[in-house]
Amino acid sequence: MENNINNIMIRAEHLWFRYPSDTEISGNATENNWILKDISLKIQKGSFTAILGHNGSGKSTLAKHMNAILIPEKGDLFVAGMNTREEKNLFTIRQKAGMVFQNPDNQIVASIVEEDVAFAPENLGVPPAEIRRRVDDALKAVRMYEYRHHAPSQLSGGQKQRVAIAGVIAMQPDCIILDEPTAMLDPQGRQEVMETILKLNREQGITIILITHYMEEAALAERVVVIDNGEMILDNTPAKVFSQMERMKALGLDVPQVTELAWELNRAGFQISPEILTEPECIAALEKLL
Amino acid sequence: MLKDITLGQYFPVDSVIHKLDPRFKIIDTLIFIVMLFSGNYIWNLLAGTIFVILVQGLSKIPFRMSVKSIQPIFPVLVFTAILNLAFIDTGETLWSWKFLKITEGGLQTSIFMICRIILLITGSSLLTYTTSPILLTDAIESLLSPLKKIKFPVHEMAMMMSIALRFIPTLIEETDKIMAAQKARGAMLDNGKLLDRVKAMIPILIPLFVSAFRRAEELATAMECRCYQGGEGRTRLRQLQATGKDYCSLTICLLFLIIVILLNCIYN
Ligand SMILES: Nc1ncnc2c1ncn2[C@@H]1O[C@H](COP(=O)(O)OP(=O)(O)O)[C@@H](O)[C@H]1O
Ligand SMILES: [Mg+2]
Repeated sequence: MENNINNIMIRAEHLWFRYPSDTEISGNATENNWILKDISLKIQKGSFTAILGHNGSGKSTLAKHMNAILIPEKGDLFVAGMNTREEKNLFTIRQKAGMVFQNPDNQIVASIVEEDVAFAPENLGVPPAEIRRRVDDALKAVRMYEYRHHAPSQLSGGQKQRVAIAGVIAMQPDCIILDEPTAMLDPQGRQEVMETILKLNREQGITIILITHYMEEAALAERVVVIDNGEMILDNTPAKVFSQMERMKALGLDVPQVTELAWELNRAGFQISPEILTEPECIAALEKLL
Repeated sequence: MLKDITLGQYFPVDSVIHKLDPRFKIIDTLIFIVMLFSGNYIWNLLAGTIFVILVQGLSKIPFRMSVKSIQPIFPVLVFTAILNLAFIDTGETLWSWKFLKITEGGLQTSIFMICRIILLITGSSLLTYTTSPILLTDAIESLLSPLKKIKFPVHEMAMMMSIALRFIPTLIEETDKIMAAQKARGAMLDNGKLLDRVKAMIPILIPLFVSAFRRAEELATAMECRCYQGGEGRTRLRQLQATGKDYCSLTICLLFLIIVILLNCIYN
């Protein structure tokens, strides 16, 4: 099953990329300006993957490859088996792999919520009655249906970001790539968005790729990929990644607070596994310890 | 403070006029304007007045809103009146002083002109009071769509208009924030000489433009991600649908026009 090609949502093969302007400025391109270096990655359908890395490490650049906004300079990237290089696949790829960005204000196109959600199906030429159905379903899925006639400027950050997610769901994608969707939100907005993402993953089986700076969010994923200066350096379950405390700190990344606590206790000689991710797990382990 | 600016002066209440198809409302307004200018007689003004009062009543727009719509053009009215009084020299002289002279013809023309401008503004304001800017954009796109044949970018224009409508509140909010930030740093925006105030605007406009360009770039990427590929093959969620009421409104407007033209022919 692991290697069945039909189960792979996204497959990157020795992907190298640099921004064209860099090569132009430096004339003969040096090896140093590669933004992505030899990335090979397979993402299973229906999975939930988190991508971590400090600022400027190339996460957004990688995300933009996953729906053919950027094309690899060397190597290939396949979305549901389609090569992003092939022009004829472009709109199918973008429909299958939707993208949500950091700032909800800069991705909402229309001045009424339901019209914004309708934007993508309108572009795809879906008949009006079907658009209506998709818009209603998408707004219900993110629990924003009551706000369908509101103007985006009347909504909170978390609500706007949920509208942006609905706008992507209306394309009926197999996969959603979210590039730091909670970075500009308050704690409540963050929670709303994370709940929505988890629900889509579990109930509708949509593949989720979440780029984030919040380790607590990454801990909810099945798999964590760490990128550093354009290289994929870690790829494992959250427990296995976060328990490598020193390595993470050296990369300039945090780990969830409870993991750090468990790690410190473990180092101090207590019988506690450092592979702890959530508060309930931590409480249970501490109770056993006492 | 900037937030108080109302957009497109849409006044949302539930009325027959609000529910009319925006395309028909635009055409009706155009017919109304043609009717106002189809002759230089009392019939045009009479019919125009009846029309405006009728639509005003049906649309449930408060009378003060229509008065408000005339306020900004008040200087234009005064100027037009003075110009007509001073320079038209036909008919009997009613009053004269040195080289100034007011004639019957001048008086009549200026009264006609003022009434006509007032009717024009109140009448066409009713269109924007009763139609949301989004619907207006849709209607304009639909009405101009024949121009696509001569390669006029109708869809692009409508898309630009609707994105502008979408971003005006966002940019206003941002301007407020920047202004507050600059005031906190000691900028004097509300007082000082005119030149100083203009100079004080520069540190507000520059960050605003920088941010607007960044927004535009991000928005373009987000639109591409959502499969935007121009107007070709695009469908719409909201379909403009003409009903019996719309044809009825059109018929009434045409009747007004025909009657005015007939009256002008018969009685003059
Ligand atoms: N449009 C661009 N043109 C040139 N360089 C870019 C562009 N976008 C990003 N970069 C550069 O690519 C690197 C990786 O950026 P990015 O993928 O946005 O990182 P991340 O999302 O991990 O913070 C950065 O050094 C950045 O300066
Ligand atoms: Mg980024």
